[in-house]
Amino acid sequence: MSAAGRLKERFARLAAEGRGGLVAFVTAGDPDRATSLAIVRGLAASGADVIELGMPFSDPMADGPAIQASSSRALAAGATMAATFAIVREFRAGDSSTPVVLMGYANPLYAFGLDAFVAEARDAGVDGLIVVDLPPEEADALVHAARTAGVEVIFLIAPTTGEDRMARVLENAGGFVYCVSITGITGTKKARTDEVAQAVARVRRHTGLPVAVGFGITTPAQAAAVAGVADAAVVGSAIVERIAAHLDAQGRARDDLVPAVLGFVGELAAAVRAPAPPPAGTAAVRKRSALR
Amino acid sequence: MEKPNTYRAGPDEKGHFGQFGGRYVAETLMPLVLELERAYAEASADPAFAREKDHYLTHYAGRPSPLYPAERLTRHLGGPKIFFKREDLNHTGAHKINNCIGQALLARRMGKRRIIAETGAGQHGVATATVCALFDIPCTIYMGAIDIERQAPNVIRMKMLGAEVRPVREGSATLKDAMNEALRDWVANVDTTFYLIGSVAGPHPYPAMVRDFQMCIGLEVRDQMLAAESRLPDVLVACVGGGSNAIGLFHPFLDDACVRMVGVEAAGRGLDTPEHAATLSRGRPGVLHGSRSYLLHDADGQILEAHSVSAGLDYPGVGPEHSWLRDAGRVEYVAVTDDEALEAFHLCTRLEGIIPALETAHALAETRKLAAALAPGDLVVVSLSGRGDKDLDNVSRLTAAAEDA
Repeated sequence: MSAAGRLKERFARLAAEGRGGLVAFVTAGDPDRATSLAIVRGLAASGADVIELGMPFSDPMADGPAIQASSSRALAAGATMAATFAIVREFRAGDSSTPVVLMGYANPLYAFGLDAFVAEARDAGVDGLIVVDLPPEEADALVHAARTAGVEVIFLIAPTTGEDRMARVLENAGGFVYCVSITGITGTKKARTDEVAQAVARVRRHTGLPVAVGFGITTPAQAAAVAGVADAAVVGSAIVERIAAHLDAQGRARDDLVPAVLGFVGELAAAVRAPAPPPAGTAAVRKRSALR
Repeated sequence: MEKPNTYRAGPDEKGHFGQFGGRYVAETLMPLVLELERAYAEASADPAFAREKDHYLTHYAGRPSPLYPAERLTRHLGGPKIFFKREDLNHTGAHKINNCIGQALLARRMGKRRIIAETGAGQHGVATATVCALFDIPCTIYMGAIDIERQAPNVIRMKMLGAEVRPVREGSATLKDAMNEALRDWVANVDTTFYLIGSVAGPHPYPAMVRDFQMCIGLEVRDQMLAAESRLPDVLVACVGGGSNAIGLFHPFLDDACVRMVGVEAAGRGLDTPEHAATLSRGRPGVLHGSRSYLLHDADGQILEAHSVSAGLDYPGVGPEHSWLRDAGRVEYVAVTDDEALEAFHLCTRLEGIIPALETAHALAETRKLAAALAPGDLVVVSLSGRGDKDLDNVSRLTAAAEDA
């Protein structure tokens, strides 16, 4: 299936199921290549609808402490861009339908060479690219290269993105729109559901693309609430924190790491699949929680 | 690269100097960067802003700084006539105050209630804390934990001035990492906060704006040299970390083909070791901290840790305009080692009674080398970018270690 096809197909299926999806983020190569591959393979089976794979970078300026640490662990274990592609390729060999989106920073892409990068990405089975420090003003070269290769470029809309900028940001947007729910770095502030709903509605006025919300979602309940108002909820820091919590004293993966991470992803996935809860604090919520 | 009609026209409307510069920031910051660009353009066109800035530069910072003919160094080197542009005599002891006055006035004009900054040697942190005290704006300074250790006097000064100094332990715990943390702070506090960048780095409009605020250095040198010698200087020498004192000195002379310009980077323990900060000599183009420029990074695009004895030069990037000037062939960029810089530090101190900053000592070390090939009567201006009080502990320790070895 073509790259554009997998993301489109997945969001169409989510729409048909009448629910928002779960985009699960991990950093490629964290804490080591073999464990990372096992996690990535398990994500889809645990119910992640889209896999967002971080390309490790030495200076992840938009990320909070959890993802910074995750990037450092991967690099310390020898992660490279080639190894990231290898993980996608090996994952893709066993899963032809779950979309994979790469997230990272501009410098490693430029160092690889944009044309070579998008060609490698497509061949490995990557569906979309999020490059945090490439705003539309600097993204023309990547958009052109990606389009030629048939890989989507996903753009971010932030709370600071004014109405006057929306068209500019969405001009070359593909795949889905990544709606940043907070002003801040990843995993540091809590997103409020009412604000998320407003932000999503604002984006929808400007585009027909699916809208995924990320940056402040840490619990299954939050993921469910966000998935109730958006096309997908992105969870990253909370997942990689599970990786950090299951390392031994030398920083190596313990045997219970992969099950712990996937167990948490399973909880997130179950939450986004549950029917939207009625307003918080009602008896119905407590009853339903008790049944689960 | 084809020779342009002028070297002074950049950047273009998107903030590019040729292939360098630009605005490589997260979308959350992009509207702020655009707002800053608008606000700076308005301020630049407002004579009241220029008057206010000049008032503080004159009566608070102490400008113009002298252009001093360094007699004993000139005799010692036995060739060209050496002048020091005395930025070390500015209030706070370095050129950094020029930029801080400009940006703090801009922040106030924009109604920002909080200022953040990164600092390496602490000179920019001190200058920022100083103007924030003056203008009564709360400020937070990010500084690498390693730099906090080797520039302790400046940390004390910042705290006394009322700044909060936040140590950064991530990565190499130096200037690069301090800048990462400052950018993260800015993203999280967009409504209230003005990021006062200390060098000609970062996303557009910073490289152009900081250059403009530092251009008083070169403009004064032009007038002072014409008054003293009735002609333009032959050679300008300045150290380059991010490169703000260098661009401030060079820029007004870029279109004077007769003026040779030399930017001096830190070769650390040697250019052929991994421990240097010679971005323009040994790096290749890449993207970091909001702009495309020469950069020290590995084949996979991971940023390498720089090394220099001087905290202010210990940075794996460089201002994008310097990258452009390098490729255009207009400015020569060279590098001197920690040891050469230390020797020049002592030489200047003993001969002239001026204790230079270790950053500045790099420019002095290169001046020694250049002098041999210059004619008597040639006029050389060295940017004496900062004073060395902050480095005394560090230099005593390094000198003692060298004597023991």
